[in-house]
Amino acid sequence: MNVIFDNFSLYRDGFLQTLKICAFAAIGSLVLGTLIAGFRVSPVPPLRWVGTSWVNVFRNCPLTVVLFFCAFGLPEIGVNGAYFWFGVTGLVLYTSAFVCEAVRSGINSVPAGQAEAARAVGLTFTQSLSTVVLPQALRTVVPPLGSVIIAMIKNSAIVGAFGVGGDLFAVGDTLTSSRGEAVLPVLIGVVLGYLVITIPGGLALGWLERKVAIAR
Amino acid sequence: MSTSVLYDAPGPRTKRRILIGSVIAGLLLLGVLALLALRLDKQHQFDIEKWAPLFDPSNEQFPLVWQRIGEALGNTLVAAGLAVVFSLVVGTLLAVTRVTAARWYRWAVVGVVELLRGVPVVIAIFFASRVLPQFGLDLEPLWFLVIGLTAYNSVVIAEIIRAGINSLPKGQGEAAESLGLRRGQVLSLVLLPQAFRAMLPALISQLVVVLKDTSLGFVISYEELVRVAGQIVQVLSNPIQVYLLIAVIFILINYALSRFAIFTERRLSQGKKAATATLSATDVAGAGTGGGG
Repeated sequence: MNVIFDNFSLYRDGFLQTLKICAFAAIGSLVLGTLIAGFRVSPVPPLRWVGTSWVNVFRNCPLTVVLFFCAFGLPEIGVNGAYFWFGVTGLVLYTSAFVCEAVRSGINSVPAGQAEAARAVGLTFTQSLSTVVLPQALRTVVPPLGSVIIAMIKNSAIVGAFGVGGDLFAVGDTLTSSRGEAVLPVLIGVVLGYLVITIPGGLALGWLERKVAIAR
Repeated sequence: MSTSVLYDAPGPRTKRRILIGSVIAGLLLLGVLALLALRLDKQHQFDIEKWAPLFDPSNEQFPLVWQRIGEALGNTLVAAGLAVVFSLVVGTLLAVTRVTAARWYRWAVVGVVELLRGVPVVIAIFFASRVLPQFGLDLEPLWFLVIGLTAYNSVVIAEIIRAGINSLPKGQGEAAESLGLRRGQVLSLVLLPQAFRAMLPALISQLVVVLKDTSLGFVISYEELVRVAGQIVQVLSNPIQVYLLIAVIFILINYALSRFAIFTERRLSQGKKAATATLSATDVAGAGTGGGG
């Protein structure tokens, strides 16, 4: 167990790097995913096609392939940058497809009668959207969106494995490969690092879910 | 049409607006694609020597490249198949113990389930390849990959099956008990067969996750598609073309699997309209997206 305490600063840096990757990727994928979801439910067919193909491509393609494509493909067409940003870009592209589906299923879960009733009462399109449809849709979106983000946090380990470096996965790799530390304690330290993020995250999600729950 | 909640049926004026919007969006889309193509062309990505080894049978490297890709695809499918079978067995056991066992034991199972769910798959695979040899289990990389994938997916499948059992009407179990069946019989004869049936679409969707996750074998040098693609790129130095091909292979297989899941879902819900609802593939999408790359 001493290995965790002896290398505490290394673990802390790894933990912070993981958090950093996750923070950028979460913001990016939420924004992009919501935009794509907007495309997917838009009345304009070409936008719908873009949304649908986006989701089908990134949901069915392994994250590793997306990452390799970003890291080796983008420099080929003259886009250069730090590995860190290639990693974050890959994670954002991949996660945005899942965010999009979560948001879209939320919008679809609102019964058609709700919007019809809003119209019957005489609300305009914007009013019905902002006071009737979206408030209900957002609440339904919370649980699936939360699990998407938690999955994304775990997927950030792949970004680390793939060579961005400095995150929790990389710490485990360094300690076991180059320093030859005992594997099991190192593993426990790394896993704890992820659990510290995912378990409170899951609990907070459950709390939020109960808080925004609506009876239907 | 999925948009019915948001919009009225379009009238003549809206139809015209939608048409204008479509034209503008279409033009923008074409513009973006054209810019991308120009960029690719400028960087010589359309040069024949980048594509020929992959798509021109008369190219001297063509047979070797496709032989390697074929082997790699085989390895990927083998790893995915083994992982699914093991996950199903272990997952069923976990689900059954969680439903039937004594309380303290059930808590232990819940603990293991929650722990494994929180661990990234790639770390499970990586450390399986590091920890197990220390306990004298010196296996091929294939088995480390399968063990890592099973550790995560068996837990997810256990949750799917448990949801399936819980979705059954209570009367099913009660009727079986009142007939005098023992607990094990109630499960194996009455509950599990129905749970599997209800959960079939979700289980097929989980296949997609497993298949995608086999690509994590690259961290332990298992020769699956992504790793072999890397080797090909080192020789031919055409990453865009090779990774595009690999992506297309994955997308085709996974898209077919997802369509199949939706098809089974429709089939099942047609078969028994009044009976228990089939838990749709999308209902447990949260569990599905738990999977990694």
